[in-house]
Formats: sequence, C-alpha cells, structure tokens
Amino acid sequence: MEFAGILDYAVGFVVMAGIYSVMALGLNVQWGFTGLFNIGIAGFFALGAYTSALLTGPPPQGQFEDYVFGGDWAQTAGLALGIDLWFFFGIATAMLVCAGVALVIGYVTLRLNEDYLAIATLGIAESVRLFFLNEKWAANGSRGLYNIPQFLEGLIAPDKYDYLYVVVVLAVLAVLFLAVHQAVHSPWGRVLRAIREDELATEASGKDVSKFKLQAFILGAVIMGIGGALYAHNIRFLSPQTFDPLLATFIIWAMLMVGGSGNNVGAVLGAFVVWGIWTGTQFMPGVFKDPNFRFFMIGALIVGVMLLRPGGILGESRRTSRPRAAAEPPAEPADSGSPPP
Amino acid sequence: MTAQWRNMTRSLPRSPQWWTPLHTTAAIVIIVLVLGILPVFKMGLVVNGVFVGGIIALGAIGLSLVFGILKFANIAHGDYMITGAYVAFFFIDSLLPLLGIEGQGLGPFTFGYPLLIALPFGAAAGALTAIALDVLIYRRLRERGANAAVLAMTSLGLAIALRGLVQIIWGVQVLGYPRESRQVFHLPLDVRIPPDSIFVAAVAIMLVVSVYLLLTRTRMGKAMRATSDNPDLALVTGINTQRVIWTTWAIGGGLAAIAGVLLAVSQAQLIPFMGWKFLIPLFAAVILGGIGNPYGALVGAFIIGVVSEVSTQWINPSYKPAVAFAIMIVMLLFRPRGLFGGSGSG
Repeated sequence: MEFAGILDYAVGFVVMAGIYSVMALGLNVQWGFTGLFNIGIAGFFALGAYTSALLTGPPPQGQFEDYVFGGDWAQTAGLALGIDLWFFFGIATAMLVCAGVALVIGYVTLRLNEDYLAIATLGIAESVRLFFLNEKWAANGSRGLYNIPQFLEGLIAPDKYDYLYVVVVLAVLAVLFLAVHQAVHSPWGRVLRAIREDELATEASGKDVSKFKLQAFILGAVIMGIGGALYAHNIRFLSPQTFDPLLATFIIWAMLMVGGSGNNVGAVLGAFVVWGIWTGTQFMPGVFKDPNFRFFMIGALIVGVMLLRPGGILGESRRTSRPRAAAEPPAEPADSGSPPP
Repeated sequence: MTAQWRNMTRSLPRSPQWWTPLHTTAAIVIIVLVLGILPVFKMGLVVNGVFVGGIIALGAIGLSLVFGILKFANIAHGDYMITGAYVAFFFIDSLLPLLGIEGQGLGPFTFGYPLLIALPFGAAAGALTAIALDVLIYRRLRERGANAAVLAMTSLGLAIALRGLVQIIWGVQVLGYPRESRQVFHLPLDVRIPPDSIFVAAVAIMLVVSVYLLLTRTRMGKAMRATSDNPDLALVTGINTQRVIWTTWAIGGGLAAIAGVLLAVSQAQLIPFMGWKFLIPLFAAVILGGIGNPYGALVGAFIIGVVSEVSTQWINPSYKPAVAFAIMIVMLLFRPRGLFGGSGSG
C-alpha cells in the first residue's frame, strides 16, 4: 500500500475514533464523573443517529422504502443558504430527542439505587432497537435507512470525503471536550464528583442529589446523541443491526475504562487505543482475526483494567478543590481556579 | 454509613416464613383464575405465561440471591445461563453420542433422555463458572474493598468475555438440542400446552422448593440470610462468609444454567445473544419483587411472564422485552421498593 492509501486509511480511522471519542466523553460525564451506570449507550446512539438521518435524509421513494416520514426539511422549506445548515438542525434535534428520553428514564430511576438505572438503560436500548426494527413506517424496519446525506457533500471528491469529515468530527470533538472540561471543573462538576464518592454526604450538605444526577445523565445522553448523528452522516446507512450491544455499548465502555474514567483526555485516548486494537486485530493472523475472539477481548479488556489498573491508562488526576493554604481560616467558601460555567 | 444503608435496602428478608411456596402457588392460581375468567384474555396465553414465568423465576431467584449477599447487580447472569445451555449442548451433541447415548422424543417430550443426563452437567458448569470467576476475580476486588459499581462493571466485562468464549467455541449461528416434533396438549378454553412446558414446570417447581428449603431449613441458609443482613456481624459471629458467598454463586450459577437449558428447550433454539436479551425480564422480575428478595423475585417472574405473554394478544410479540421493561418502569414509579418491599421496609 502506497503512502496515499495509508493516509486514506488513517483519516478514516481518525473519523471513527473521533466519533467514538464523543461517545466516550458522554459516558465519562455519566460514569466517570457522576458514577451513573449506563449499559444502554446503544439506545442513545441509535436515537441520535436515526433522528438526524430521518430529518435530513431523502424522503421515501423506492418500493423498498416503507417509512412515511422522511426529511430533507431544508429543501421542503425552500431554504438554500449555501451552507448545509440541515446538518446542524439534524444534530440539534438528535440532542433534543436524547435529552427527552434521558429525562424520562432519569426521572424514574435516578431517585433510586444506582442499579435501577443500569437496568433501565438496558431496557431502553432494547426498546429503541425493537421500535426501529418493528415500526417500518418510522425507519424502514430491518432494511434500514440509506443514502443519508453528508455534510458539505459537493465540496470534495466523494472518495476523499473523509478528509473533510475528519475536520468536522475533530471540531465537534474539540468543542464538546472544552464544554465538558469547563462543566466538570465548575462547582457543578464538583458536586457530581462528590455524588460519585458519597451520595449521602452530598445530600447532607444540602445538594439536591437527584437533580444533579439527572442533569449529568441528560448531558451525557445529549453528547451520545451528537455522536450518533455524526456516525449516521459518516456511515450513511443505518439499520437496527448497526446498534448491536457490542459495537454500540460494550466497546465504548472498554474505551472509557482503558483510557481512564474520570479523565476526559483518558476517554479520548481510550477511544483511539481501543478502536486501534479493534481495527488493528483484523489484520493480524490466526485467532486474532476471529470476530468472536475480538468480542471476547473487549470483555477481557474491561475485566483486566478493573483487576490490574482500575484507573485505566491515565486515571483521574487528584485535585484539591481549594489550594491548601495551611493555617488560613476558612475565610470564604470560594471555588478556586475554575470559573463558573 | 453508605454501606449500612445499602445493607438495609438490599438484604434478604429476615423472616421469610410469611411468604412460602404455598403462598406463591396460591397467588399464581388466583392470577390465572382472575385473568382467565375475564373474557378479554386468552386463557392459553395466560397459561403459557406461567411456564415462561417458571424459567424467568429460576434466573431471577439466583440473581436476587446474589444481589442480597454480594450487593451488586450481576450483569453476567444471562451469560451464566447460556454457558450452562451450551455445555449441555456439548454433552448432548458431542460427548454423549460418543458413548452411544443419543435420541430424542422421550415420552411426550421433544427431547431425549440425553438431555436429562446433560442437565445436571450444565448446572454444574454454571455453578463452577460462577465460583471460578469469584475466586479469580471478584474475591480480589472484594479484598481491595471495591464498591458495588466496580463489581457491577466487572460483571459487565465478564458478561462480554463469557459470551465471546461461547461464540469462539460454538460460533454465532443458531443451534438447538435435537428434537422431535410432538403434538401439543389440547385443553378446554383453547389452552394448548407444549409437552416440554410440563417438563419445564416440573423442574422449576422442584428447584424453587429446594431453594426455599435450603434457605429456611439448613444452617447454610441461615448463614446466608445472616450474611445478607450484615456481612461484618456475620463474620464476627463465626460464619464463614467466603463459603456463604461461594454457595450463593453455586446456587445462582446453577439455577441460571438450568434456566438457560430450559429456555433453549422451550424456544427450540440456542443463540449466544439469548442470555443478554433475557436480562431484561430477569431484572424486571427482581425489581418487581423487591431487590434482594428471592421470594419476591419468584412472584415477580410469574407476573412478568404472564403479562408479557398476554400482551401479545394486542402487541407485536417481538415487543415482549419492552413490555417487561414497561412493567418495571411503572413499578419503579409507584412502588420503587417492589411489591414486597426489600427487607429494608420491614
């Protein structure tokens, strides 16, 4: 393979790893900072992807297209703004839908023990999958949606599209990274970490724990929805099979655990490392190429990290919320360092 | 403080005698009669729901016991199920034929007597897997003082790894125990019972009664309940908590494996994905009955089984897991502690 081919491959790799980084960031808000155990990432992934795809994709035409509601709203509305605004509309709607579902699920389960949330997210992921599989009118059932449009499609040769999209993905990732970084370093983020460490103590110091948990859960779900939308416009084909638990939930968990939960750089690093292992092993000889072995490997990675290096590669950096000025009286309950959001 | 609060909400009931298998049987009979008399419900679906409930119950009781004693949600429970089911498949399909033992269509059933031989081996495989994973992994985490979330996270990893192993060995294609098609029993009120369901019910009843007797009548059962209430106190009193934990895993893993075999028999197929999908009805049953309360899980299992089966009268049958999920959500909204409240309420 000559250099251009390798570069093409590398860019395609960064696009996918970047999208997974977005998902891992969302999970980091939920698990890494707040301790919310979401094992139904696939549900929010699918909701985000389908929402954006349905709103922006072409309306149903062929005889194999059973769905009734199909997008291209910009064209319908006669909007020709020169720039592909529909892309942002799709992402924004995906965020809204994920936020709505997260609000309902979170409202019901977050008041309770943490285990309930895990089960509820598992249920919502399966319900979402069943919905898109059975309701042909909504999203074409198992045949799936295809010809999902690409952002700024005409600007670059189709076979080099990844070079453009990688910029888009990395830009979105950068914005989200900074936003999450700001959020978790604010007083708000400190409450989340306090909840993760000791819920009762946080409650006792006058914080509305369920409210904070709900906010963190929704923020994480919204980020996952963005990841889903980015994914849809990259792969351009969606079917319920796309969102099997392995590639839409388990692998994201492996990424966060390997990279270091509670550390945003770790989440992104983990996404690149695990996606590298995942795609790299298919070029390896023998058993490594076996998809079932790679399946096993994802599970073994999680268990191995929990056993040997619970912090992951980077782990969470310990930080003091207030500079330890030794003999100074507690003058003001100030939040050192990070500005409010 | 947190730990104590957890213990309170998640321990086995202190005096389970008030809720016995007799009560459960009565409850099931009442549910069936009430639903059956109403002309809107098809009696056949209600009856089949009870059989499905029996399979859910075997998984849910073990899950609830593990919850009660180890204080975490075992996400790998569904994969313990398929491990047992596939080991039984290995016996029926490969090992026993070598010894000249094969056949199907035993009596009125679709399967042959090899299944009866394979069933205990499958159960043993489930129990041993559960114990081995505890020795290799969970025990170390416990010694390190890992919290419930870390244990649950690890069980998620184990769930994936176990399923990966099953897929490496047996592949992802649909398998099944050798079977011979059999006439279903026709009863009045348009009730049709596949003969295998009778077998499922018999095994389920036997096991549930055994677990009940074990928990209430043996020293080990007493030790289990004590450990569930307060692990530290139990340890101080001289209870070998490590043995209690292994017994719990053995029961949980063994019951799960048998549930897996029965599920494969009643669905006439064996797929690695089956276990993960079954987690939803399992946890729905556990939550319905109150987390950590095995008797509640039993009743929860029958409710989930019957309601999701009856729902197919109006709703596309493939939505059954979603129905179980919906019941769970409604339950969490109105009675978050479950029908019988975890023991914390008492």
